[in-house]
Amino acid sequence: MTDITTQGASEASKPFDRARALAAFKLGDSTFYWLTRVSALIVLFILGGIIVSLVIGAWPAIKTYGFDFLVTRRWAPQLEPTPILGALGPIYGTLVTSFIAMLIAVPVGLGIAIFLTEFCPIRLRRPIGTAIELLAGIPSIIYGMWGFFVLAPFMTDRFMPMVIRTFEGVPVLGTIFAGPPSYLSLFNASLVLAIMILPFITAISRDVFQTVPPMLKESAYGLGCTTWEVVRNVVIPFTRAGVIGGIMLALGRALGETMAVTFIIGNSFQISGSIFAPGTTISAAIASEFAEADGLHMSALILLGLLLFVLTFIVLAAARLMLSRLEAQAGK
Amino acid sequence: MDLKNFFRAAVVAATTATLSLSAQAADITGAGATFPFPVYSKWADAYKTQTGTGLNYQSIGSGAGVKQIQARTVTFGATDAPLQAPQLEKDGLVQWPMVMGAIVLVVNVDGLKSNDLVLDGKTVGDIFLGTIRRWDDPAIKKLNPSVNLPAAPISVVRRSDGSGTTFNFTDYLSKVSPDWKAKVGTGTAVEWPVGVGARGNEGVAGNVGQTKNSIGYVEYAYAKQNNLTYAAMTNAAGKTVRASIASFQAAASNADWKAEDGFYQILTNQPGDASWPITAATFILMHKQPANKAASAEALKFFEWAFEKGDKMAEDLDYIPMPDNVVKLIKDTWAKSIVTK
Repeated sequence: MTDITTQGASEASKPFDRARALAAFKLGDSTFYWLTRVSALIVLFILGGIIVSLVIGAWPAIKTYGFDFLVTRRWAPQLEPTPILGALGPIYGTLVTSFIAMLIAVPVGLGIAIFLTEFCPIRLRRPIGTAIELLAGIPSIIYGMWGFFVLAPFMTDRFMPMVIRTFEGVPVLGTIFAGPPSYLSLFNASLVLAIMILPFITAISRDVFQTVPPMLKESAYGLGCTTWEVVRNVVIPFTRAGVIGGIMLALGRALGETMAVTFIIGNSFQISGSIFAPGTTISAAIASEFAEADGLHMSALILLGLLLFVLTFIVLAAARLMLSRLEAQAGK
Repeated sequence: MDLKNFFRAAVVAATTATLSLSAQAADITGAGATFPFPVYSKWADAYKTQTGTGLNYQSIGSGAGVKQIQARTVTFGATDAPLQAPQLEKDGLVQWPMVMGAIVLVVNVDGLKSNDLVLDGKTVGDIFLGTIRRWDDPAIKKLNPSVNLPAAPISVVRRSDGSGTTFNFTDYLSKVSPDWKAKVGTGTAVEWPVGVGARGNEGVAGNVGQTKNSIGYVEYAYAKQNNLTYAAMTNAAGKTVRASIASFQAAASNADWKAEDGFYQILTNQPGDASWPITAATFILMHKQPANKAASAEALKFFEWAFEKGDKMAEDLDYIPMPDNVVKLIKDTWAKSIVTK
């Protein structure tokens, strides 16, 4: 603004210029306002359009299968005239793989973030941090190939037989870890997913941990707290919202990841109860069968997509709800 | 953050597998079956050096090939599962067989060489149904009294994507195994009771190569190129035949091709003492009234060249060229049905 007024003063002989300049600013401002507003609205329109087209595409399947789609275990596209198609297998696989991946990635990711901000020598901080962020940049098919050629042989030949022997005959655990080991399995897919989502959790948690005011931490240390106590009672409560945000972002990725999972999960619609058995996820099922599907089969795949959409929405909504509750509590 | 995730889900749902086809300028474009991909690409290379016209063939699967030609995004479509005459009529398409091939069962069992192991249709059906679960099962032992079979579970590998190879394989199993017919049936994608799914012939070949004690089905060329062990089969006449060009050709020579019904023929379980039981033809689809007539003319020139000069190349890759009398029928059909001017 100051620049402009001096300019105006030096050309004071033309009084109309100032008004015109102001009008130009006003025009620029409102153009900018509308540009940003339209961009924001376009996002909403696209989102709405995607929902509408998903519902239209899925409509024949919704009409044919209705609620049964969610609880049917069979996936038999070859049957004439009406194939029997149910989403229970893919939903089960999606939830199980995401759950196991989170079970592994959350503690490890938070651990790395705490190490980086609290213990790590300054010299090592950048190389380790960069390495973690690079993990996020690796294309997912590379993870799939690594899982297929490196992880899977190791897991099938060494890890799984050992675990299966250990838990044989034990109720519940005996079923979860039942053999025979499969080269492509829910568990292998979960492990690869865990590695893929690790950078999200670590990078975001590290960034928010760094926002904790040093004075708070120093005070706690001054009171005689151990590092563990400082992390538990000062760092984590202070950064809760950010950490949960990072975890939810990771969960979103785990739910929707396609290529790497398709490669190593085995693409089987059967539900066996064992995590060492092959399975499938919603996105893997769509990616595998979409190209060759038609009619009801195609419509059912689109319905699967809609389900994933809804599932992700529920997860995000739950995260939001949790965050707002936490914030309300913190406010008291 | 929210919207990003919404988009992720939406993108997965809507676009993951719709592989868009970007056609190269001036070249012939085609899309479809993975089964004949090795021979089509070999022909395309040779044709390009001789004539300068390239062929851009996308091996995206039979069903996708049919969809692409129906949508007119390609000059020709290719499918392993032939369309029936009424469907061809409805879409205004012409169909003909381009080349034949064979499906073999590939196994990864230590100590076994190709054609060592003998399987019959019923046993293969039981393995893929999960009723036979171990290599030392009496049914397999009975067919192979002198073969040393491991006391290990069988890992079944099959296709995860819809596929013409699966269509021919399940068609064969439905013909020879009543159990298979009742429980699973025929289709490009079926409800597999056991096993892991891999994408494409190359995916199944890769998985069988990696997994000990596994069995899968692939097109013969993929078995050879990946140095996989394949099994001999007992055919419809009750004779044991080795997987070889001779047995594939014996099966193909029995087919009775007719132009009127779009050369609709499924070559599985053909009679004849020397016939390989799982033989299959792969088909080309083109529009009778193409939108781009020049491109269709180019494509027909390519196919004519392939029928005349491509036999040797096809045989090198263990495909079976179409018999001369069938080629003549096909050429007559082109002249009669496809408008290129």
